[in-house]
Amino acid sequence: MPVPPSTAAKISVRNLEFFYGNNQALKDIHLEIPERRVTAFIGPSGCGKTTLLRVFNRMYSLYPGQRASGEVLLDNENILLPQMDLNRLRARVGMVFQKPTPFPMSIYDNIAFGVRLYERLRRTQMDERVEQALRQAALWDEVKDNLKGSGLGLSGGQQQRLCIARAVAVKPEVILLDEPTSALDPIATLKIEELVSELRDQFTIVIVTHNMQQAARVSDYTAFMYLGEMVEFGQTNQLFTNPGKKQTEDYITGRYG
Amino acid sequence: MADFDQHISQRFDEELHDIRSMVLAMGGLVEEQVANAIKALQSGDAELASETISRDHEVNGYEVRIEEECIGIIARRQPAASDLRLVMTIIKTVADLERMGDKAVKIANMALAIDHGAQGSNHALLRDIEGMGKYALDMLRRAMDALARVDADAAIEIAKGDEMLNQEYRSAMRRLITYMMEDPRTITSAIDALFVAKAIERIGDHARNICEYVIYLAKGKSVRHLPLDEVAETWQGE
Repeated sequence: MPVPPSTAAKISVRNLEFFYGNNQALKDIHLEIPERRVTAFIGPSGCGKTTLLRVFNRMYSLYPGQRASGEVLLDNENILLPQMDLNRLRARVGMVFQKPTPFPMSIYDNIAFGVRLYERLRRTQMDERVEQALRQAALWDEVKDNLKGSGLGLSGGQQQRLCIARAVAVKPEVILLDEPTSALDPIATLKIEELVSELRDQFTIVIVTHNMQQAARVSDYTAFMYLGEMVEFGQTNQLFTNPGKKQTEDYITGRYG
Repeated sequence: MADFDQHISQRFDEELHDIRSMVLAMGGLVEEQVANAIKALQSGDAELASETISRDHEVNGYEVRIEEECIGIIARRQPAASDLRLVMTIIKTVADLERMGDKAVKIANMALAIDHGAQGSNHALLRDIEGMGKYALDMLRRAMDALARVDADAAIEIAKGDEMLNQEYRSAMRRLITYMMEDPRTITSAIDALFVAKAIERIGDHARNICEYVIYLAKGKSVRHLPLDEVAETWQGE
């Protein structure tokens, strides 16, 4: 995949430290996430990649004892500040989780639910929004005759695309994907990956994945993390053919570190 | 180099080790083929020439086997970083070695075609070939050695040496043209000698290609089509 020229940073991370109680999970992270590109975080379990992802929409603020210091600038606004409006932040920074999490309601309402939190739309406008979101998530053709059916009745891959539709419906700027395909079969996985490459023109996408080949396939930039530190960040092509650090080399070639 | 570190998958280590050993064995065989072809030409040993020609299928067999192994590794292992560069380097090296094998056959054919008894002038014509042949063989041997050791600095020195062989070829051509102008009866054999010189010059080019792959393998940078003097600067100071 030819790497598009790098764009301005959508998210700038500076001197970020993160703690679970007394346990430090992220150490002095510096990182620029390019706008309207796909950035992948890779690294072994416990390296901090999911923690870092969860900082970008302040997911950790739900849990007492978890705290971050440093700066995370979303369009130059530090989202770590206490006065940050978390509802507004999460409308701008959507998230999709490892396991599909459809709500126990109709397909239509699964998508409309999130939109209603942020916007008041007339019925026809809402219909349009739902259709647009389902089309963006490449799910429309499969569910258009069954919008009143339960979201729980869909297959795993469809449920995950429903969650992506729910995320894009509120028109976020950034979409965070936390191992979005680890519970899916290879075909459903490829559909999600295809979807990611279609969405990258409109959204800044950050994906955490255990599957290195997936990072290589879908991302423009890759960050390799190890033991809470950012070891290497660079263009995906470069990182997978000629990494700069030996730790990165050992990890992506499957060697003992 | 990370070569000395073990993969978590021991089988993968073995597979990479196998393709490396095979390409080095193939290099050894091609070296022998070229040396025998040149020797047959010098000495007029028709038996050696025929043997060289008949052994070309062994070279081709290596090419097919190694390529199949590499494709299998790509399909099953999805090699990355230095592993990926190693597999690509080997695929490309094998193609160059196979072409060198063809040149050996060409020279061996020439050894059979040239009439050694009839014209004393042939020996004069073939004099250039001896030096060029030794030089090209040396390039090939050192290129395979640089590949075995993943030695980019050696590779660049060997690649630079190719210019010398090109010059030798040009002066051999000038001398052969002079012979032809002085005595048109030598034209047939001079043209034969010219083809042999050309084949040897091409062997040097292929050895140079292998050196460029070695630099790519070691440094992760493609240096093809770059002036060699600039190449070393790209990693000096690293």
